[in-house]
Amino acid sequence: MSLLERTTSDEPALVAPPRKRRWGRFILPTYSWLVIAYLVFPIILMIFYSFNKVYNGIPQVSFSWIGFTTEWYRQWSNVPGLTPAFWLSIRLALVSTAISTVLGTMLAIALVRYRPPRFHGKVIVEQVIFLNIAAPEIVMGASLLGLFVSFNIGRGFLTLVLAHVMFSIAYVTVTVRARLSGFDRSLEEAAYDLGATPRVTFTRVTLPLIMPGVLAGALMAFALSIDDFVTSNFLSGSSAPFPVWVYGVTRVGIPPQVFVFGTAIFTVGIAFAIMSIVLARKKV
Amino acid sequence: MERTVPPDHPGGVVPYGRRRGVGRALAPYLLSLPAGLWLLLLFVIPLAFMLSLSLKTCSPSTGACVMTWHWGEIPSEVSLYHQEFITSLYFAAIATLIDLVISFPIAYWIAFYGGRRKNFFLLMLLVPFFVSFVIRTLVWEFILADNGVVLGTLKHIHLLPSGFHVLGTSYAVIAGLAYNYLPFTALPLYVALERIDRRVLEAAHDLYATRRAGFMKVIMPLTVPGIFAAFLLTFIPMFGDYVNQQILGGTSNTMIGTVIQNQFLVNFDLAGGASLSAVLLVVALLGIYLYARLLGSRTIDQYL
Repeated sequence: MSLLERTTSDEPALVAPPRKRRWGRFILPTYSWLVIAYLVFPIILMIFYSFNKVYNGIPQVSFSWIGFTTEWYRQWSNVPGLTPAFWLSIRLALVSTAISTVLGTMLAIALVRYRPPRFHGKVIVEQVIFLNIAAPEIVMGASLLGLFVSFNIGRGFLTLVLAHVMFSIAYVTVTVRARLSGFDRSLEEAAYDLGATPRVTFTRVTLPLIMPGVLAGALMAFALSIDDFVTSNFLSGSSAPFPVWVYGVTRVGIPPQVFVFGTAIFTVGIAFAIMSIVLARKKV
Repeated sequence: MERTVPPDHPGGVVPYGRRRGVGRALAPYLLSLPAGLWLLLLFVIPLAFMLSLSLKTCSPSTGACVMTWHWGEIPSEVSLYHQEFITSLYFAAIATLIDLVISFPIAYWIAFYGGRRKNFFLLMLLVPFFVSFVIRTLVWEFILADNGVVLGTLKHIHLLPSGFHVLGTSYAVIAGLAYNYLPFTALPLYVALERIDRRVLEAAHDLYATRRAGFMKVIMPLTVPGIFAAFLLTFIPMFGDYVNQQILGGTSNTMIGTVIQNQFLVNFDLAGGASLSAVLLVVALLGIYLYARLLGSRTIDQYL
């Protein structure tokens, strides 16, 4: 989601010979809208299915359309196990987002501002970040499980937080770093010249300027955490977060409320993303 | 004009970065210590531990593992599950290829013709991420189900024969993988295309390059690192994915991720699971190493 942060350069379309404009005018846009439709279609279907009635009162979503009902929205919390799993996911995402945003932002500041003579090990840190993003998630989850099992560390909320912060830090760092690299240091120097202490300079000048990047990083961390299945499945033990719980019932039958929660997460997520785009535009 | 620095004032008028003091010298380390420590303890050390675990022998009853330098574990696991490795390779390769083909034109269009609505289109590319991964895959089960809203309707109006069947086949797994990971391909491609200096392209046209030549000789070569980054960022997670196969693929076409998960969570075979994960990790590292060797100047995370 760091991309949402990138400022748009309002450059004109590429300079090209005027003939054959139909590629840019007609074929590419039509194609692109078809791809967007393909991306959006399953989400519309999810919302659609959250209004579907069920067969003979058995509370499972059926593949075929039976009839329209808003029953599942009224009885959103009626499924045993689902609501606690959902709140667990929310708590987990909030805690891990808070930690990884602070740690990731600090690391990003260190990486942007300091080079090897003053910051030995910068290259190693960068390589670890890079490896963390590229490594298959199943390997990270499995390796953590191996460690926890071997050292007899009980699995639960704490291990989930440890793991979620671990895989979010790198994304926060990359997102904040992208924002920081265009940072005008002379603004900080001006604050110092006017007698501001480092603390005042940071809270009144630096932080407000990098805030959109930090927010985008936090949004990213939240999305990664609430969506995570692979790592959580390895580490959750008896307390399953939302995605793990949903995966667990796929073989048995999915209560319609799953799609209600899915719709709710989608709506809130989209609202936050639009807000962050609007904020980013204002700051630029 | 003479400028003086009050001794008790840490900022003073000395330009930033030239101020002295232990705190200043330690600043980069203090800033990176918490995150670095977290990654060391919960990312680097577990990976190293897992590599060592693959050389240990574990007792199935107590779960206790002893280091026996058992190098044979990895080859024996690989030969035992080579079919699952091949299936994963095949599914991930095809789905990644599909994603590259689907997303290149749209990334190109957004980068070059997006104008003021670029952010909106990028949000549209990211839209699948706002629905949980597991739910996204479940919805594909609904789309591909024999009597679902989509296939059922198509059969009803006789656009498809009534015996048509996708769910539970490899096609369903590839379709699910391709959908779930499309943004991972499209975004790096977009970043690569967006970064192309438009003046280079103008220069090519000034020198009478045709549109086709401008595309093939300017845009494509400059996009190669982005294509490679997109490939890695899509292929590596797909290779380890097992959710799509479990939900959409039925009981056949098992992928290696399923085996690893079962080794850890069902069979409690830590050494076996660790060996297979180690192989997966090596495959990923190999891809990353190749990328760094061939196109070294930029790291992949700059395409995020």
